[in-house]
Amino acid sequence: MVSSLTLEKDQSQKPQLFDCRDAYAKALEEMAARDSRVCVVINDSLSSAKMKDFKARYPDRFVNVGIAEQSMVGVGNGLANGGMVPYLCGASCFLTARAMEQVKVDMAYSNANVRICGMSPGMAYGQLGPTHHSIEDLAWMRVLPNLTVIVPADPIETAAVMRFSLEYVGPMYLRIARAPVQKVHSEDYEFKLGQAVVLREGKDVTLMANGILVARALDAAEMLAKKGVDARVLNMSCVKPIDRKAIVKAARETRGIVTAEEALAAGGLGGAVAEVLALEYPAPMRMLGMPDTFAPTGTAEFLLDHFGISAKGMEKAALELVQHEG
Amino acid sequence: MNEPRFEDLTKLQERKGWLNSQANWIRLSAMTMTHHSGLGHTGGDLSSADILATLYLGQVLRVNPAEPASPQRDRFVMSKGHCSGAFYSALAKRGFFPLEQLKTFMDPLSMLNGHPDRNKLPGVEANTGPLGHGLPIGVGMALAARMRNESWRVFVLVGDGELQEGSNWEAAMCSQQYKLDNLVVIVDRNRLQQGDFTENTICMEPLADRWTAFGFAVKEVDGHDHLALFEAFSAVPIEKGKPSCFIARTTKGKGVSFAENKPAWHHGVPTKEQLEQAALELGVEVEW
Repeated sequence: MVSSLTLEKDQSQKPQLFDCRDAYAKALEEMAARDSRVCVVINDSLSSAKMKDFKARYPDRFVNVGIAEQSMVGVGNGLANGGMVPYLCGASCFLTARAMEQVKVDMAYSNANVRICGMSPGMAYGQLGPTHHSIEDLAWMRVLPNLTVIVPADPIETAAVMRFSLEYVGPMYLRIARAPVQKVHSEDYEFKLGQAVVLREGKDVTLMANGILVARALDAAEMLAKKGVDARVLNMSCVKPIDRKAIVKAARETRGIVTAEEALAAGGLGGAVAEVLALEYPAPMRMLGMPDTFAPTGTAEFLLDHFGISAKGMEKAALELVQHEG
Repeated sequence: MNEPRFEDLTKLQERKGWLNSQANWIRLSAMTMTHHSGLGHTGGDLSSADILATLYLGQVLRVNPAEPASPQRDRFVMSKGHCSGAFYSALAKRGFFPLEQLKTFMDPLSMLNGHPDRNKLPGVEANTGPLGHGLPIGVGMALAARMRNESWRVFVLVGDGELQEGSNWEAAMCSQQYKLDNLVVIVDRNRLQQGDFTENTICMEPLADRWTAFGFAVKEVDGHDHLALFEAFSAVPIEKGKPSCFIARTTKGKGVSFAENKPAWHHGVPTKEQLEQAALELGVEVEW
């Protein structure tokens, strides 16, 4: 699939930016309209999870458990037991960390048909600080058996993943971005579980990203092209199950892999890719993401740049790989 | 062997005697399983046996072993999942799986894990073991019944020490808010937890007042009086528009003299001789 980004950029110097939560909320309402099993559970997160409209339209399928994440995940399990398809919508930092044992037992171990929609992940809450950052969630969620972990890149993929989730059976963690992103997929994009999406072909180096880092990876590829480096860009929205074939193919066909994510690189996408490479096709790689530290005070944009989780950071890492190899 | 069933008995005293023998069978079965595996939670198995017998064998629960996933079934959540010996025995006796399977308790690759797994064993509704999980799950089940306009009821059996987990009270607040009168909490109030009496650990009293304060209609009941339990569970909700809570006063280790009220029997494992003594005291045989 070829990116629509280049087209958009031709038409306007400043591409339009979107909050993926809008796409998720709209998709959820559409799903509720055609499937009476769809219901929502929030933890007082009415506005942060953008659920005001859903509540107004489907008050009977809307539960606010209050500020109580442990109870929230258990309630999700019970709703699924009763034949509903519950979407638990709240800030990812609280839903994953506070309710970790419930996610493990009531969702993953129980193999319950429950979806967590983790809002505003990564460092989207910026200056609010590490209590509200959700950089650990991918590492935590990825290790839980049965749990599918998806990090959509843009509003189009967010909506596609939401639609997919209604057909899927089993527990899911869906990471819904708050930080504004441009569209990287065309409107007819269809999500396929466990498949990396090739957004740009390239033979020199591979950039693998997910979430809001995908658009930045495309920017990095353009910057690299100007320097004569042909970068492949893969959207790795599916952190679990991970596309092992695409990773090995990239390792085989290009001179190295750069991963980028708005999360701890250790244990997240970077960790997942490194595990595949180590076992199946050892290859040079760089992992961009949060290092082993909590963030200082700053906006999300500032912090991403601060830690080199950016187009520039990806460009630099890719050049290192290419030069190292050359 | 054609055993009489609860519904065949019409006289209250007959029913009482029958349930008593069923509960004692659950007790000895659980102890035999624990003896076999070398692991188990005898004290709580024994304190909850009468509650489980009344729910499953006294047929309070509208469940059908032939169709364990029937959408309209009542839901029972064994929140004190560590008492799996008694729980599995009750499920098997009710017919959810063959009695012989109880022999495999905690064996390698057995369906009878130390704590219940709903994906392995028919009749198990929730994977429990870590405490404080059952009530939130029960709240979700009760909410689902409402959303689907169904009449199933949800019974959750919790331990008293378990109520020290805050998640219970999160779920209790939600139960009140949503007026879940299709939800019934049963507290196995045996007054003991792993290391000591609850009141020497973290005081649970005034327990009834606490549940009342959280919006439940509350009744205290003798947790070893089958008829009292049957009548209580058969008349739910206690009050329309409110979730129900029964505080079942029980004795940990009930029915077996050397285990009664002894903290060490929380997860004590009976020897062969102790098992024989228990069989004598309980007056039953375990045939599997």
